[in-house]
Amino acid sequence: MFVKTMEVISTYAIPLIIVGFIVFGMSKKVKVYESFTEGAKEGFSTAVRIIPFLVAMLVAIGAFRASGAMDLLTKALSPITNLIGMPGEVLPMAFMRPLSGGGAQGVMTDLITTHGPESLIGRMAAVMMGSTETTFYVLAVYFGSVAVKKQRHALSVGLLADLAGLITAVIVTRLFFGM
Amino acid sequence: MINFIWAGLLIIGFVVGAFTGNLDAVTNAAIDNAKTGVDLALGLIGVMTLWLGLMKIAEDSGLVEKLARLLKPLMVWLFPDVPPEHPAMGAMIMNIAANMLGLGNAATPLGLKAMGELQKLSDDKETATDAMVTFLAINTSSVTLIPASTIAILAAAGATNPTEIIGPTLVATTVSTVVAVIMARVFQKLPKYQIKKANNNK
Repeated sequence: MFVKTMEVISTYAIPLIIVGFIVFGMSKKVKVYESFTEGAKEGFSTAVRIIPFLVAMLVAIGAFRASGAMDLLTKALSPITNLIGMPGEVLPMAFMRPLSGGGAQGVMTDLITTHGPESLIGRMAAVMMGSTETTFYVLAVYFGSVAVKKQRHALSVGLLADLAGLITAVIVTRLFFGM
Repeated sequence: MINFIWAGLLIIGFVVGAFTGNLDAVTNAAIDNAKTGVDLALGLIGVMTLWLGLMKIAEDSGLVEKLARLLKPLMVWLFPDVPPEHPAMGAMIMNIAANMLGLGNAATPLGLKAMGELQKLSDDKETATDAMVTFLAINTSSVTLIPASTIAILAAAGATNPTEIIGPTLVATTVSTVVAVIMARVFQKLPKYQIKKANNNK
């Protein structure tokens, strides 16, 4: 029921927003075409402005991932994560989630196909995927778009939220699926 | 902190790569990802242009302001430094709503629009404001109600009831968002994160 409603909303949201904005604008006597093009002028420069930030972040993450450092980290930390009920196999997923959205999805897909979609590991990876967002990417793009260099507590806050989401994912998966 | 993590990722990557014999792969990954970064940014141009255009219509017609007024109590609590009817509020509401619905294509342009509006309220253009950090805390902790692509992957792998993942995911993402908002509040008061007035420390 909830899923069905959400599917309907997802399908109609964008068409409704576009038509709604334009109709409402016209009802308020806004010159919609002129307004649109005026606002749209910023699109190119905003997209181009984030390039240095995005490239810097993705290059560093790419080098780290390709080096195999993740495997070493997993081996070193799995005795600790076992204590909170997190299987060592899921650890790369936890590390990848804040770094790379595509990377995390790749790890998740691999865990689901290797261990099965109804396994504890598969389900835990799936819940982790949705528990938080790709912190490094979001910060690079959003701060990059306004050329903010001093991010203050943004990264600490983002990573703590990731940690909270990931630990909750471990606990909740065990509770929900009784494993 | 970002400087250390960035340098750490690169240095660890190349050093470990040299030891594990993956050095070529590390070099290639670094160069390939530089191209990916540009591709991603250029790929945004179309949707950015579309949504910024639509947002301008919504702004000129007073719709963004109306939206901001609707959720005023919550938004004022989250972002006490932003004037309640400032366009930044409307843009942030629309970004968060788009994220909740899983409309990633619309969420990013709306979010960048919000950042632009928040930047107008900032005195020091190189430094993040409290409002920016709180807004990004919400964004980096995910508020998506339905993890659509995860459900699709579970279904493709043969799960009998892939939507059972929604409940636990909602719990986990709610916890991460609540922690994010609280931590943003707590950390903004710490001396090391105070906005320094016009000096060039660090």
